[in-house]
Amino acid sequence: MLDFRESVIALSYIVAAVFFIFGLKHLSSPATARAGNRLAAIGMALALGVTLLDRQIVSFWTIAIGTLIGAAIGVYFARTVQMTAMPQMVALFNGMGGGTAALVSVAEFLRLTRAGDAIGWGEGASIVLGTAIGAISLTGSIIAFGKLQEILPGRPLQFPLQRLINALILLSVLGLGGFVVIGGGGSTALWLLFAAALVLGAMFVLPIGGGDMPVVISILNSLTGLAAALTGFVLHNQMLVVAGVLVGASGTLLTLLMSTAMNRSVGNVLFGAFGAAASDPTATASVVGRTVRQTTAEDTAIALAYARSVVIVPGYGLAVAEAQHTVRELATDLEKRGVDVKYAIHPVAGRMPGHMNVLLAEANVPYDQLLEMDQVNGEFPQTDVVLVVGANDVVNPAARDDPSSPIYGMPILDVDRARNVIVLKRSMGHGFAGIDNALFYNDNTRMLFGDARQSLTQVGQALKNV
Amino acid sequence: MSPELVLGIYVFIMAIFVGFEVISRVPSVLHTPLMSGTNAIHGIVVLGAFLVAGSADTPLLHALGFIAVVFGAANVFGGFVVTDRMLEMFKKRETALPKAEAEKKNA
Repeated sequence: MLDFRESVIALSYIVAAVFFIFGLKHLSSPATARAGNRLAAIGMALALGVTLLDRQIVSFWTIAIGTLIGAAIGVYFARTVQMTAMPQMVALFNGMGGGTAALVSVAEFLRLTRAGDAIGWGEGASIVLGTAIGAISLTGSIIAFGKLQEILPGRPLQFPLQRLINALILLSVLGLGGFVVIGGGGSTALWLLFAAALVLGAMFVLPIGGGDMPVVISILNSLTGLAAALTGFVLHNQMLVVAGVLVGASGTLLTLLMSTAMNRSVGNVLFGAFGAAASDPTATASVVGRTVRQTTAEDTAIALAYARSVVIVPGYGLAVAEAQHTVRELATDLEKRGVDVKYAIHPVAGRMPGHMNVLLAEANVPYDQLLEMDQVNGEFPQTDVVLVVGANDVVNPAARDDPSSPIYGMPILDVDRARNVIVLKRSMGHGFAGIDNALFYNDNTRMLFGDARQSLTQVGQALKNV
Repeated sequence: MSPELVLGIYVFIMAIFVGFEVISRVPSVLHTPLMSGTNAIHGIVVLGAFLVAGSADTPLLHALGFIAVVFGAANVFGGFVVTDRMLEMFKKRETALPKAEAEKKNA
């Protein structure tokens, strides 16, 4: 039987789990999403608060100081990070969660083995998996952060015998895990496993290109959830199991969804980089010797002012230049002139699904102007001007027409079917996929080179004089 | 296998179904906030760090517990605050719409 204190803890955990579930449910609608996040936060406060009542806890100093430092770090970065840097921030927080799960698993193993308790194979397996998955999530997330923050090169990093070496590290993790669970391996074996898993996490993400990082972060997010659930098995704490699995399930769904949007299997994202380098030169060769047509801000302003319908295609370039406010001002000016302005949002525009919506929401772009790919693709033939702002791979017709292209099959916005296309771009550099874009060489395409925000500002000024 | 573990596996399987059911209805616009929100929720693992740090009786366990609490707390607090920042923008946009239209869109 549970005594009064234990009952309070157990019942509070159930209430907290309900808060988490309702929180996630409320996150499913824009109107209630913020309340949903707060419900989840209340659940979290309740769960953490009653945990302090646990008799196992005899000293509060480490908890108090650790929480203060961790909270200060978390809140500081969460408040100061640029909206454009959101994906890597999520990656970093995710890595910390993974690290926590790994450390808790290791510490629990040390405590149990020292106390002389026999560790059942179920608990042993949970400890091993929790340690390994948490460690992989920690270093994998750090590499993903580095790639998105452009500390590390975004292109896939490859070296000779990479597959063999990764396979050997994976085997050593599995071998050490087996040794700990059924071979009576001690703490040294678990520490070695921890170290090997840390290396494996980094090695696993390094060969994946920067463009695939959202999918990777999503996978790592669900892995951390799983690791948290596994620590629940070790600590016999159902709260950890429920919350961890909720995250694991949602992360898995989100991962599948993102891969579908890119028309790639998850396996292809994770291991496809190994063959990608070879196909690049052929893709560039097909457009060698063709020229692009440049335009000026003034000509762009005239084209926009006399158009009946304009579709703006925002991409990561817009986010980098923080041009979301400028683009909205331009759109408002055009609307005052009676131009019909819409935004076409590709499912993977920006660096995460919904990333572009977040940025445009920040600039107060009305909901009904944001069109998804399926809604807008039929409208392009009737569109006078398409303004592509810093998007590249998602408007590359090669994905539709050229079976030899590495991105062939990825659904794209058919902007090349519009009457005129104006592409705002910093330079002729390649997009995330690292391939050339046939769109830029089309007869109805004009290029406006420069920083997206500066270009848009110039167009906006020129528009006032039209 | 201990009875607690069996119960744990039971909860694990049920939670998978709940997770899929609740989450599969999220519109794609909210996927980044959703990822961020679930990211904060798996910060619950700091609860395990509390138990480790609070019952530590050797320097090594103290050190492990302390680092785990710092990491986990950063995950929880940072995660919820960053999600709230993202969703704050959705709220603004929501009020800009007429109420009836907003409800129609959410339906």
